[in-house]
Amino acid sequence: MPTVRIPTVLRKHTGGEGQVSAEGTTVGEVFDALVTAHPDLEEQLFEDGRLRGFVNVFVEDEDIRFIDGLDSPVGADDEISIMPAVAGGMA
Amino acid sequence: MDAEDRFELDRATWDRLVEHAWSDFPYEVCGLLGVRPDGEIVHYPIDNAERSMTYYVMDAKQLLRAMREIEDEGYGLVIYHSHTHTQAYPSATDIRLAAYPEATYLIVTLQDRDRPDIRAFSIVDGVVTERSVLVRDEQVA
Repeated sequence: MPTVRIPTVLRKHTGGEGQVSAEGTTVGEVFDALVTAHPDLEEQLFEDGRLRGFVNVFVEDEDIRFIDGLDSPVGADDEISIMPAVAGGMA
Repeated sequence: MDAEDRFELDRATWDRLVEHAWSDFPYEVCGLLGVRPDGEIVHYPIDNAERSMTYYVMDAKQLLRAMREIEDEGYGLVIYHSHTHTQAYPSATDIRLAAYPEATYLIVTLQDRDRPDIRAFSIVDGVVTERSVLVRDEQVA
């Protein structure tokens, strides 16, 4: 089963877990399973059914924006990383 | 302030951060530091994907690699960026986008060209707490 790395800021929604396993063959399916198990994650990750802009998601080392977004395939032993963007500025 | 409110860095790291801030002036630069248990600091400069004078976004892939190493090695997480024309204090956008409550946020300012400064903050749920920066000079035996 794929595992998902949860950043510290979201661990309050996973009972403190930094890694969670969830079934699925695409990022979208894994996230559906993840959100079903941890409903508070939904609004942290999604806005109107789409991934929030400041959330980076990687399958292994690949940014899913450069694969196929939520349809990106996930192998049974793959690790998905959720990583909030690090950004700032004057605007 | 007690010890928890203090952030220690060595002189060489201070110099490297200021040097990095100058390296792409007037654009903002950014990166991470990993603090080892013995206090030694590992530097991860990261490209500013926006290459802007007023905005920074860390290159996602470089961020992933550095963040993973810091987490796997158990280093303390430090997130830094530069301000080239304003004081070393988090902007409203810096605060809104701060997503790492466990991190120490450093801002390097070049506002006073002759006297660069570095200040340290915690940003948790939109609340900014300043920490004092203590620069450790190398001990000469």
